[in-house]
Amino acid sequence: MQGSTADTTQNTLATASHTEAGHHGDHPDHRIFGLYMFLVAEAMIFLGLFAAYLTFRSVAQVWPPQGTPELELLLPTVNTVILVSSSFVMNRGNKAIRNNDVKGLRTWFAITAAMGLVFLFGQGYEYFTNEFGLTDNLFTSTFYVLTGFHGLHVTFGLGLILVVLGRSLKQDRYTSESHFGPEAAELYWHFVDIVWIVLFGILYLL
Amino acid sequence: MTSTSVEPKTSPPEPERHWKDFFGFSTDHKVIGIQYFVTSFFFYLLAGLMATGMRIELATPDPDFLGAENYNGVLTLHGTMMIFLWIVPTGAAFANYLIPLMIGAKDMAFPVLNGLAFWLVPPGGVLLLTSLVIDQPPVAGWTSYPPLSLISGEVGEMMWILSVLLLGTSSILGGINFVTTIFKMRIKEMSLYDMPLFCWSMLATSLLILVSTPVLAGALILLSFDLIAGTAFFNPTGGGDPIVYQHMFWFYSHPAVYIMILPVFGLISDILPVHSRKPIFGYKAIAYSSIAIAFLGNIVWAHHMFTSGTPGWLRVFFMAATMIIAVPTGIKVFSWVATVWGGKLRLNSAMLFAIGFVSMFLIGGLSGVMVASVPFDIHVHDTYFIVAHFHYVLFGGSVFGIFAGIYHWFPKMVGRMMNETWGKVHFVLTFIGFNLAFFPMHILGLQGMPRRVVQYDPAFTTLNQVCTVGSLILAVSTLPFLVNAAWSWFKGPIAGANPWNALTLEWQTSSPPIIENFEEEPVLWSGPYDYGVDREQDDDKSVSELLAEVKAQM
Repeated sequence: MQGSTADTTQNTLATASHTEAGHHGDHPDHRIFGLYMFLVAEAMIFLGLFAAYLTFRSVAQVWPPQGTPELELLLPTVNTVILVSSSFVMNRGNKAIRNNDVKGLRTWFAITAAMGLVFLFGQGYEYFTNEFGLTDNLFTSTFYVLTGFHGLHVTFGLGLILVVLGRSLKQDRYTSESHFGPEAAELYWHFVDIVWIVLFGILYLL
Repeated sequence: MTSTSVEPKTSPPEPERHWKDFFGFSTDHKVIGIQYFVTSFFFYLLAGLMATGMRIELATPDPDFLGAENYNGVLTLHGTMMIFLWIVPTGAAFANYLIPLMIGAKDMAFPVLNGLAFWLVPPGGVLLLTSLVIDQPPVAGWTSYPPLSLISGEVGEMMWILSVLLLGTSSILGGINFVTTIFKMRIKEMSLYDMPLFCWSMLATSLLILVSTPVLAGALILLSFDLIAGTAFFNPTGGGDPIVYQHMFWFYSHPAVYIMILPVFGLISDILPVHSRKPIFGYKAIAYSSIAIAFLGNIVWAHHMFTSGTPGWLRVFFMAATMIIAVPTGIKVFSWVATVWGGKLRLNSAMLFAIGFVSMFLIGGLSGVMVASVPFDIHVHDTYFIVAHFHYVLFGGSVFGIFAGIYHWFPKMVGRMMNETWGKVHFVLTFIGFNLAFFPMHILGLQGMPRRVVQYDPAFTTLNQVCTVGSLILAVSTLPFLVNAAWSWFKGPIAGANPWNALTLEWQTSSPPIIENFEEEPVLWSGPYDYGVDREQDDDKSVSELLAEVKAQM
């Protein structure tokens, strides 16, 4: 940013080689970048809620508060396995579309959607059979609010998968070159997955 | 001030859009920017009226104008609206309008998301106003601390929560858009260090928004469960802990003061060099200090809670970290002073407000260092000293800076110049009214007058009356601005593309800019602030002549 006018022009042209900026509206990868920013914000909501839970826990004399029934571990563990493996299944779908295999995309994404549904049903069943309610004590309240908030995110992720599935029925909607939709859905789903692993660890195991 | 428009025109170039475009869903960042401006200014006027009402109430020690109940509602709405519906959205207004122009882009990275982010703001404001209309305003203050907020009227509190959630979502969506636009949409020639400093400050602001706003959302989700579902997260009678709310709230709301002030730092860094005809002093120092402030701003929230039973060792950490923020802030202030030093100053309205900003913000910053220290804070906590401090930062800082920005970029946005005489009247009235209204509050606070009260010890009457007179002058000071803006919008002299002879890219296109901003890709022919750098021989030429020469050489 120094030198004569001509020098400046040369300098600024020289800097162009080491910037990755897109050219005046030519910006192929900005959507994924934006999605990452969105996930940062999402992660911060969960982090805030987790921090609140851990603070309640560390301040309390007895935890979980007296009279809280023991948490059933079998169902949520199975659920965790299902959700985590669904991330790998979904990844197969995205690999397929990178090879221009729309059928593969549909198949793997359909399986992922089914697994997501099973997870949600599992959670619903857990809610239904639990012997404690939302307002029983501080632990049960956080339990329902945290798992419920995560469940909402699973539902939204499931919606994304279904939208991709619907659109993939259209000829040439997704190709090896153009597959932002499946990629975004996958990123979001992984995110939901990672949040669940932390949530499961904090709520059930810790 | 010299006008450098190449050929004289009778009217500014038609921006190819209809006035109705401003009342509907638009994806043009310039339309959205102006929608943000007008909407947030409307709420500024309303919240200002409320402030005037409060000051009239406080002219006498007894509650005889608004009454105790109304006072709490007006107090809460004044704070909430000034913060969430005026200063924060106005930052987004400038960023929307200026960032794509400054980096040579056609639009934001996500135009539809951009429109959506704006259209979350009016419902947020309407919700708050509705609570007032149905006579159930939130009354727990803009912090909504439980347990007070849990027992003070469910309807108004819930409307407050929903409104803040909407406005927070809007600001997160905006933040995503600004970061992506800044990183991904610059013209090829522009490295991060060629960007105008406003882009740097919006980058820091947006990162803060992304990291801190969601935590407030988390707090409000828990608070609303406490309010309507009977949980007890923050309710001590059910085993909950109200201090956790304070931590979550300030984890957002402390960074929020930087979300409000950082964009203005950027505006000022762009305005001072143009009207001093000098390069900015310490470009990189200013850019990095924005990032440093964003980082430090995120780890000092508990300095709002020195009197909330925070353990001593933790208070020492938060005290030290808070005081360190004075370093990057000082770097900025000294850089601004060094920029103006020895320059050919044009003391127009934009410059006056910019200088007013630096001096008033300095006072706010100094009292900030004072309250950062635990022993002093314990003495003045929840007194008028705090009210004085944050009004010096948020009005003396943000609002002065915002007006500087409006006077500076009005010609670009509208295509016409504002009237300088009325601008100066506006400045003088604002400056006098502001200092008269808020400086005595320092003394009131030191003498022990508590904040948030409608009734006070008669010993404080005289100083309170001075504050009230100041606030009335401040209220009146808005009128010359409003008249000026409205008149200049239609009748002001034609501005031309670059009335200030500025070097940043937004001045390379017509005023107002055409729909996709630039007719041809703008040329980066100099740094944003290279005024007079090795170009003494060019002093007589205007920027557009120089630009034509550069283009001919390429």
